Amino acid sequence: MKPAAAVTRTETAKAKWEREVLDPVLKRSPERLGAFTTISGRPIDRLYTSDDLQDFDAERDGTAPGVFPYTRGIHPTGYRGKLWTMRQFAGFGTPEETNERYQQLLSAGGTGLSVAFDLPTLMGRDPDHPLSLGEVGKCGVSITSLADMERLFKGISLADITTSMTINSPAPMLFAMYLVVAEQQGADWKTLSGTIQNDILKEFIAQKEYIFPPRPSMRLITDIFQFCAKDVPRWNTISVSGYHIREAGSTAVQELAFTLRDGIEYVQWGIDAGLDVDEFVPRMSFFFNAHSDFFEEIAKYRAARKIWARVMRDRFGAKDERSLKLRFHTQTAGVSLTAQQPYNNVVRTALQALAAVLGGTNSLHTNSLDEALSLPTAAAATLALRTQQVIAAESGVTNVVDPLGGSYFVERLTLDMEEGAYKYFDAIDRMGGMVAAVEAGFPQREIAEASYRFQQAVESKEKTIVGVNAYVDPNEAAIPILYIDDQASDRQLARLEELRRTRDQARVSETLAALKTAALGTDNTMYPLLDCVRAYATVGEMCDALREVWGEYEEVPSI
Amino acid sequence: MRTIRVVIAKPGLDGHDRGAKVIARALRDAGMEVIYTGLRQTPEMIVAAALQEDADVIGLSILSGAHMHICPKVMALLTEKGLGHVKVLVGGIIPDVDREKLHAMGVTGIFLPGSPMQSIVDFIREQVPSRAEVI
Repeated sequence: MKPAAAVTRTETAKAKWEREVLDPVLKRSPERLGAFTTISGRPIDRLYTSDDLQDFDAERDGTAPGVFPYTRGIHPTGYRGKLWTMRQFAGFGTPEETNERYQQLLSAGGTGLSVAFDLPTLMGRDPDHPLSLGEVGKCGVSITSLADMERLFKGISLADITTSMTINSPAPMLFAMYLVVAEQQGADWKTLSGTIQNDILKEFIAQKEYIFPPRPSMRLITDIFQFCAKDVPRWNTISVSGYHIREAGSTAVQELAFTLRDGIEYVQWGIDAGLDVDEFVPRMSFFFNAHSDFFEEIAKYRAARKIWARVMRDRFGAKDERSLKLRFHTQTAGVSLTAQQPYNNVVRTALQALAAVLGGTNSLHTNSLDEALSLPTAAAATLALRTQQVIAAESGVTNVVDPLGGSYFVERLTLDMEEGAYKYFDAIDRMGGMVAAVEAGFPQREIAEASYRFQQAVESKEKTIVGVNAYVDPNEAAIPILYIDDQASDRQLARLEELRRTRDQARVSETLAALKTAALGTDNTMYPLLDCVRAYATVGEMCDALREVWGEYEEVPSI
Repeated sequence: MRTIRVVIAKPGLDGHDRGAKVIARALRDAGMEVIYTGLRQTPEMIVAAALQEDADVIGLSILSGAHMHICPKVMALLTEKGLGHVKVLVGGIIPDVDREKLHAMGVTGIFLPGSPMQSIVDFIREQVPSRAEVI
């Protein structure tokens, strides 16, 4: 806080500048806008000086990377030691088609795989379920059973790569399939590395790909924490995600606050399930959006690291340094892409990616220019990867750790973001935690309000979107897009039918029954799930077994 | 003589409801009666809602690529139930090659990401003039 008495005694340098230099200029030529705000609606001053950082405390707020509270980064050498992982999210059609895209991304210099599943897989439905109509293989790859997972990673050694799988409600089932493929390849689970998203809270909050009610869903996650601590110790068990919260229309500070509060909730549930904090928190990771407001995003990442370190140390008593270090993946903002003048999206994505890098992301996905129209073509996906490579190799920003640290503006924004997040933490703590807040619809309402406010700002042209509400071109030429036809769906349906005919049905029934028994009791569900997978039970069958025990969650629709 | 009635629906498995909710609110703020069905609606459920609510317009929000399966079913069910007068609008990610096919099967309006809310309000008022005059 600025000491009020000092202000009255001696005029600050900034106040003096405002009086002597600024005011006469403003009288002659007013500024373009009455108020300048970030994309989240946060007011921004015209100038930041040391006067704006009177409450900055070097020890508390962090002045060096690699030391608590890690505001400036978790590695002392930043990207001089190791660049971020360039991890492009991909998946469509059949497992074979996606396998081909993976081989191409790996040979183009991609350094990790990231699996996009189709909606039936994400929702725990087999391709022949009525709700899967038209969705099989459309916005991701269709994986129905272990047989599909074997096809997806054919010729790719799981011991030598890291894989991220964007899967939430059925995360345990798909993770079990991955582990069994690794087992078949002779890979040691103890050295296997990768990530499952496995973040159900943000599904209730934002993306809405939930199956079971919140509490049994949380139990599946703590089962994975326990299982991995023992059997797959290098696996990242969860990627606590703000990406979808932001895509659903939240502000930057809501993304930060809800994501970290979700993280806190998972830690609390893990501890309540009997785990020691340092036993599982080091394997938790995070996933943030990179939206268009450059400095606000950079401040968000810096604040995230600082908050997490402090909360883990002070709230949970974590001692292992790895529990304190927040590692995160970033994806550029899909929602910022426009169907109009799609080549403009290359520029948007490059700027967003640069913000993520300046904020110290540990891995990054850059969106393709055509994603407001369809899934990306191979050419568009390659250009998106090249965007990262240009930043890494040519821009020079990787030469120095946290190059914006010490910027009056960025440090002020970082402090403000932190304060905003703690306010939300207090509100959610008062509600009894995030599960209770979600059940009460609190974060959902906050996001819907922010989303509508932003849309109104676009409608009134208070916020400009190039090519959409300004600089519109009525004579745009169409661009080439990837068209996913129904062949993949037909093929997956035929395969499913064949699988059901040829597998050992008695073994499938036995393993599914054992899964239900575990779900009814307190045994870890991962072990019976691995047996179901080995018997070639389908994703739909495994989820149905749990639906019978736990029921399904239904949201009360509201606008 | 009454206000325009709109059913906004999210068919299929997709849960990305930002667009559906923003549009629902914008239409409501524009004076229309809006019924939001919520997520994961089958074509049967959507047409039943339109019938029950005496809707003038159905707005389908589809981002997942399933539109060429969902829209024909909705159109056929509307005809079957004698609801041929109900205007169907589709919003979402719709490739150019599908636009004509959707229009040919009777879809009245297609709105891509970035469509101004006002353009959708205006379009509906144009399409349902007898009731728009009342507002």
